[in-house]
Amino acid sequence: MRHLKPINRKARRIDDQVSAITDDVVALQNNNNQQPQQRPHIPMGCALAFSPGWEVDSAGGTAGLCQPVERDIYDCYVTCFWPAQVPDHLNNYPDWAAKCGSATKDWRNLDLVFP
Amino acid sequence: MSATATETRSYRLGEFHQFEGGQRKFLYLVPAGAIFELDNAAAAVIERLSGGEATHEDLVESLAEEGFTFDDASELVEEMFLSRAIISREHVPETVANPPAGFPLQSLVMNLTNQCNLSCTYCYEFGEDKVATPDGKPKFMDIETAKASVEFLLEQSKGRKSVHITFFGGETLMNFPLLKEVVTYATERAAEQGRSVDFSLTTNGTLLTPAIIEFLSENSIGVTVSMDGPPELHNKLRVFANGRGSYDIIEPRVKALINGHRTRPIVARVTLTKGVTDVVRIYRHLKDEMGFHEVGFAPVTTSPDRLYSIDEGGMDGVFDQFRILAEEYLEYALRGEMHGFTNVSDTIAELYQGVNKSHPCGAGLGLVGVGPSGDIAPCHRFVDSDTHTIGHISTGLDLEKQNDFLTRGHIGAKYDCHSCWARPLCAGGCHHEAFVRYGDTGHANLHYCDWIRGWTDLCLRIFGTISAENPEFLEKFAERKAL
Repeated sequence: MRHLKPINRKARRIDDQVSAITDDVVALQNNNNQQPQQRPHIPMGCALAFSPGWEVDSAGGTAGLCQPVERDIYDCYVTCFWPAQVPDHLNNYPDWAAKCGSATKDWRNLDLVFP
Repeated sequence: MSATATETRSYRLGEFHQFEGGQRKFLYLVPAGAIFELDNAAAAVIERLSGGEATHEDLVESLAEEGFTFDDASELVEEMFLSRAIISREHVPETVANPPAGFPLQSLVMNLTNQCNLSCTYCYEFGEDKVATPDGKPKFMDIETAKASVEFLLEQSKGRKSVHITFFGGETLMNFPLLKEVVTYATERAAEQGRSVDFSLTTNGTLLTPAIIEFLSENSIGVTVSMDGPPELHNKLRVFANGRGSYDIIEPRVKALINGHRTRPIVARVTLTKGVTDVVRIYRHLKDEMGFHEVGFAPVTTSPDRLYSIDEGGMDGVFDQFRILAEEYLEYALRGEMHGFTNVSDTIAELYQGVNKSHPCGAGLGLVGVGPSGDIAPCHRFVDSDTHTIGHISTGLDLEKQNDFLTRGHIGAKYDCHSCWARPLCAGGCHHEAFVRYGDTGHANLHYCDWIRGWTDLCLRIFGTISAENPEFLEKFAERKAL
């Protein structure tokens, strides 16, 4: 939390809980003026597919990519041979992305599948 | 979090106590026991809502007028809402849950004897307000009962790596031979289970000998000495049966104890009574002249009409003196030094954890007292009282009686406390004091509410100042047991 600073143990537990809600999804933009906490660097992307969506831009963020970062997922789904990250849309889950008309808005509708 | 969509929420202030320390602003969030430092933005939200409810839109807009961007303001409001510094109109207060059934024991207080060689006027075991009914019961605990108590503790504390036995009386050292046997037996039995047990005792100091001191030191037994200050104060009520004061007898013995016992800090426990309220002087004597590591104070438990009870004016005086020592404590803390005023340390330990108590203490829950007869009581203060027995060492806990005691004492049953911001720490106060005052262990101790709130506020401000100016000091409390 940025405005309430926890100073005892119970407050830190509340802070963790609130952060779990508010930081559920964090954009990858650099936030130079106020970075609340340092997060570990998580390598993004597939080492085999040379798709711009899987990379970071020249500033280390994702704002300058030619496609929105959420678009990445379709790289595996439609164009890539790599089968692991998304359901198999050819045979078993043809409707998996049916509720996701626009990846940047509707990506939350992409659900897990349980084969 | 809430069924209400963010945009249609209407906010009001949550339940908290606001305080300042070290030029910073803090919130003590009551339902949780959490302490947060506020920045100016959060303080502005509280200021805005102090004037009355506001809708999400209004609140964000008024913050925007003060220069926040819309995103910042929304984030701020959301943060305060999720931490419950502010709540929506639909908010339903949560009740404090019951401790889980079969809560494991942590401590057992063993009253080795109900006999004492002193006749302190205010004694809750022998004085006018006593609850004990010792007639026809053994005066000294025997080894079988003691061993059974140890087994009971080990059996009832499954899952705990380490447990605690406190020896008590009467005068504990009047049954020192048994104490020695119990230490050996309990240590062995615990070790067989790959566990450990540690010990402490409370004594009036009259019977300390070099041999006893050596034993206590060798076995790392914590010692609390009941002592009320310099001779003219101590001798007022801590007297032998013939009325003679006990100071001269205990002074050299206690000094020998403090010098000879090197494995655990020695603590003094002072009972404040009418005319024995000069807290600062008592502290200086016990800490500086006697050499105690810590000194803790408690006003005597009594019905209000006893000659030695402290009236309201007297308690105000005690508070002023507590404040002087507490401020001295703060100066020490800011220099990184530990002060010996136990009452502040105990409260800070609880604030550090952020306790939110269902019951004022562990009596009948993680702690029980066992009397010489083997009767189990919620704590040492109820030992030997037929009315308050919650079992016997031979048959175990009487779950119905235990449950009755705990149900009465639960904060949920103390309606007077529900609007008090100090309830997470106080939870209505001592069960025994409540019984003496009101005839019901579950009654809130209404006679000291203002006092408790004043004290809690004072300790919060000390806590806040330390967190602002010397936060590392608070880490000393990571391991100190919250009461």
